[in-house]
Amino acid sequence: MGRYIIRRLIQAVPVLLGATLFIFAIVFALPGDPIAALAGEKRQDPNIVAIIRDQYHLNDPLLLQYWYYISGIIFRGDFGKTFAGVPVTQLLAGKLQVTLNLALVALVLEAVIGVVLGLWAALRRGRATDTAILASTLLLISIPTLVSGFVLQLWLGVWLKQVTGTEIFPIAGTTQGIKSYLLPGFVLAGVSIAYLTRLTRTSLVETLRSDYIRTATAKGLSRRRVIGRHGLRNALIPLVTYLGADLGNLMGGAVITETIFNLPGIGNQLYQGVYLREQPIVVGIVTILVLVYIVANLVVDLMYAVLDPRIRYE
Amino acid sequence: MSKTSLRTSPAEGGLGDEPLLAVEDLHVEFVTRAGIVRAVNGVSYSLNPGETLAVLGESGSGKSVTAQAIMGILDMPPARIPKGEIRFRGTDLLKLSDEARTQVRGQRISMIFQDALSALNPVFTVGWQISEMFRVHRGMNKRDAMAKAVELMDRVRIPAAKQRVNDYPHQFSGGMRQRIMIAMSIALDPEVLIADEPTTALDVTVQAQIMELLAELQRESNMGLILITHDLGVVADVADKIAVMYAGRIVENAPVYDIYRAPAHPYTKGLLESIPRVDQKGQELYAIKGLPPNLLDMPTGCAFHPRCPYRQDNCVTDAPPLYGISGARNSACHYWREVLDGDPR
Repeated sequence: MGRYIIRRLIQAVPVLLGATLFIFAIVFALPGDPIAALAGEKRQDPNIVAIIRDQYHLNDPLLLQYWYYISGIIFRGDFGKTFAGVPVTQLLAGKLQVTLNLALVALVLEAVIGVVLGLWAALRRGRATDTAILASTLLLISIPTLVSGFVLQLWLGVWLKQVTGTEIFPIAGTTQGIKSYLLPGFVLAGVSIAYLTRLTRTSLVETLRSDYIRTATAKGLSRRRVIGRHGLRNALIPLVTYLGADLGNLMGGAVITETIFNLPGIGNQLYQGVYLREQPIVVGIVTILVLVYIVANLVVDLMYAVLDPRIRYE
Repeated sequence: MSKTSLRTSPAEGGLGDEPLLAVEDLHVEFVTRAGIVRAVNGVSYSLNPGETLAVLGESGSGKSVTAQAIMGILDMPPARIPKGEIRFRGTDLLKLSDEARTQVRGQRISMIFQDALSALNPVFTVGWQISEMFRVHRGMNKRDAMAKAVELMDRVRIPAAKQRVNDYPHQFSGGMRQRIMIAMSIALDPEVLIADEPTTALDVTVQAQIMELLAELQRESNMGLILITHDLGVVADVADKIAVMYAGRIVENAPVYDIYRAPAHPYTKGLLESIPRVDQKGQELYAIKGLPPNLLDMPTGCAFHPRCPYRQDNCVTDAPPLYGISGARNSACHYWREVLDGDPR
């Protein structure tokens, strides 16, 4: 197991290098001059511009620029500086925490709501409950975050506060601990909840058709035990893959939600980074996201071995 | 008679001549989009303690569906049982409440399946799965139940049972997996064991070992065994009597010796002739002409008539009843005498 983890982490190195180089090249190819953008409408002193361009290696070819960047990370743990002179690590530290909180809240909401609804639908297959759940997941999938975010902000944030007189769901900022994340977390998880519900339903329905479920029934076990012990454990295995991969999606997809709810996370920062062509910020955030994907996938694979004894890693 | 408590039924004491298990005029149908599929159409058979009944027939003949109806593991719907009785020690199982039925299932009537790999749960150890019987039905604690599981694995002759009790199903060979299935099914000393094609997925030498094991366990415990198979070779050594099924009906019903000596139904005769024999090596193997009928669109009269070499005009119009031939022997063929005499086809 230990050797397997080490091997997987070594495999992550080329993935990280490839992803960062790719993003680096894309930002490099973006039109516009980042230094010119710094001053907005004002005229800039060409000498100062030249100094800054030189300082940030902007006149060097792409691969050389990339080498300066990546060697800094590898040898000095230095993720570079923004054009305003702030180290990227310092800039992102607090923001990463916000996005991670948001993504984790969303993941928990997704797992709980999605699995519960999915199991419920599967056990009532073909009946009204099932149809209602399936229809609402379809609705959830078709509403863009941009719409659901503002609507829920208005209904649950503003109107509910007016009606009840207390703030149950804060509508902006991160000042109220986990409470601040509930509404944005749900908005962020929305589409994923719908997918997970459907996946859970299918998985349990399929599991309940298998031979070992028939065996469990033939053993004279109660329906509750047949489904709860023999069915559930098998039905959950495919869901773990989805949830694991989704953590990365949630973090990457947080941009819109963070903007709507004014959360100071990396999604917001990524948007600004791209806008201002701040290569170190964009690449730094992408590196973090790639790392999250890699670690989440590794955790998923390790969970597999726990859930399904047929899978063993040497 | 109490409907909920089987243990107090008068037949329990051996009163009367009620058999251990009696299936009476059982009908099972499946409601599908294409129409109603009548999978079992009036099947009757009976089983006594210590007796082995082989139910023979090709796929779709209704032999497994009958067994699943006895176990109460049919999915209802789409299946339904419009007619018939399944009497276990005199009590009609079909009239029992769900809870009472669950008490019979696995404890007093149990079942093993064709493919032990898919029939065992892949995520639990074999010991866990066997011991579950004792934990759930006998309220034993984990340790005692596990010790019982090892005991059972020994009894079905799994080598090094104690070391292997914590292994998972996929870590065993096909024959060993079927032994585990058997261990699980006999855990609570059932009175009836239904084996649904227990050896079909296994290779020939292992088949023989499994059949031997079943026969031995049966002798030790005097349970009734229903052996469902399409393999006549498997049947000859272990069965006491045979019920041959075709298109949801029993077409012949007889002690095993009678059937092998002289079949009284053309279908049975066809089955027997299609067994490969060493003295006919090199010759083309006999096969019954045609295909089994579509259960949605059954032939008129005798369901076998389109494939039957003995067919006469009335076979197309009149469905044959189960004619009594002698004592325990029946045949659903208008011309059973001719078949019995072995007239050339």
